[in-house]
Amino acid sequence: MYPADLHYTKQHEWVRLSDGAGVVGITDYAQKELGDIVYVDLPRVGAALQQGKVMGSVESVKAVSDIYAPVSGEVVEINDALSTAPEKLNESPHGDGWLVKIRLSAPDEISTLLSAEAYQKYVAEEETGH
Amino acid sequence: MIKTTALHSVHRRMGAKMVDFGGWDMPLQYSGILEEHRAVRASVGVFDVSHMGEIEIHGRDAGALTDYITTNALAKLQPGQAQYAGLLYEHGGFVDDILVHKIAGDNYFLCVNASNQEKDYQHIAAANRFQATVDFASDRYTQLAIQGPRALETLQKLTSADLAAIGYYHFVDSEIAGTRALIARTGYTGEDGFEIYFAPEQSERVWNRILDAGQEFGIKPCGLGARNTLRLEAGMALYGHEIHAAITPLEAGLAWIVKLDKGEFIGRAALARQKAQGVTRKLIGFEMTGRGIGRDDYEVFLHGSPAGWVSSGGPSPTLNKNIGMCYLPAEHSKPGERIQIAIRNQLVDAVTTAAPFYKRIK
Repeated sequence: MYPADLHYTKQHEWVRLSDGAGVVGITDYAQKELGDIVYVDLPRVGAALQQGKVMGSVESVKAVSDIYAPVSGEVVEINDALSTAPEKLNESPHGDGWLVKIRLSAPDEISTLLSAEAYQKYVAEEETGH
Repeated sequence: MIKTTALHSVHRRMGAKMVDFGGWDMPLQYSGILEEHRAVRASVGVFDVSHMGEIEIHGRDAGALTDYITTNALAKLQPGQAQYAGLLYEHGGFVDDILVHKIAGDNYFLCVNASNQEKDYQHIAAANRFQATVDFASDRYTQLAIQGPRALETLQKLTSADLAAIGYYHFVDSEIAGTRALIARTGYTGEDGFEIYFAPEQSERVWNRILDAGQEFGIKPCGLGARNTLRLEAGMALYGHEIHAAITPLEAGLAWIVKLDKGEFIGRAALARQKAQGVTRKLIGFEMTGRGIGRDDYEVFLHGSPAGWVSSGGPSPTLNKNIGMCYLPAEHSKPGERIQIAIRNQLVDAVTTAAPFYKRIK
């Protein structure tokens, strides 16, 4: 369910590392909780992100939710396809629905994130807590 | 204490995502707001709206009391006809917006908003210096809304009443699947459809029969999420948003439900005064021209200065635009005004437009 090669936050974002860059997205749990996503507000290319700080927002039909940067770094690419097809976040949250690609400024931060197994457990607790 | 409808366990079992709506645990969505919205526009959807309240007014002077507490022309209402009306305070602000059904000259059936029902009852009972009894009847009814172009065909399978013969805003006392029901051709979606009221004991059976009857049309159970996007496209007011205690019908674009010449009613003097002086702020629709969604309570700017607020705003699934309604100074409350909406510390362009945003082709 949750890919093992991603690193997760308790705010339901993920990072996938490849060639020193990190691809960032929101998790399947997050998209399900949000419902139909209709708008995505992303940082500009070149923006400096700080771990744990707001980097953008996603809007469902009902509500706006902040997205927090899972790691610090500079935005090198954004997923332009989301501006016309925000539903990709619902359809493929861990794949085509990625948000931004960043150059990590503090790669050690990765060690503060959750493994797929730990995240899965965390989400299961969230769900039963409801 | 969170309140639930008779269908609560059914919603849970069907996997609805639930939400606290004014103290009621109600379905927000089943399959998804967009899918449910589209089902109602294209075919048919069914909503459990049993959180809505019912108040019955009986007795010799039932008409006189009902007329005194409401803004619309009750005298024009025939038995079997329903009417949208305001329930106002003396100062002209809304206690609630309601549907008045005239069953007979001495029998009126009021459908009121969920979170207002106790307040409405107290308000009406306090105004009752007539030969009439006011009966809080919410516990005696389940209310379902069957809405969409296929609503009639769906419901017709389950009733001996000739549904095509029921005019818009008319109703009959009949049956659905053998259960006595009031069947009204009313709704809150901008589509053709029906709202039915019947005994809660039969809720699950009737709900399931409706889903079966609509299966061939792809009927969807719908939640309050789609109910809101549908009514927003139709430009219909929602209590707590377009209307509340500090807003009058004249400001809310609801002058058509105010009949100042019908005789005395609560709020009349204040509205007559406001009409003579002219309203200072008024409701108007808008659509976003810049990127972003103007949502409920966001501030509205005119030429860079704060000028009003968004009463309801969100995406329009039918029009693929971001739309809403807002209050603006009366002189600017006309279509074509360039406005800006403060979306998270950024002013985003929008333009005013006449509501409704969506009108069905009849």
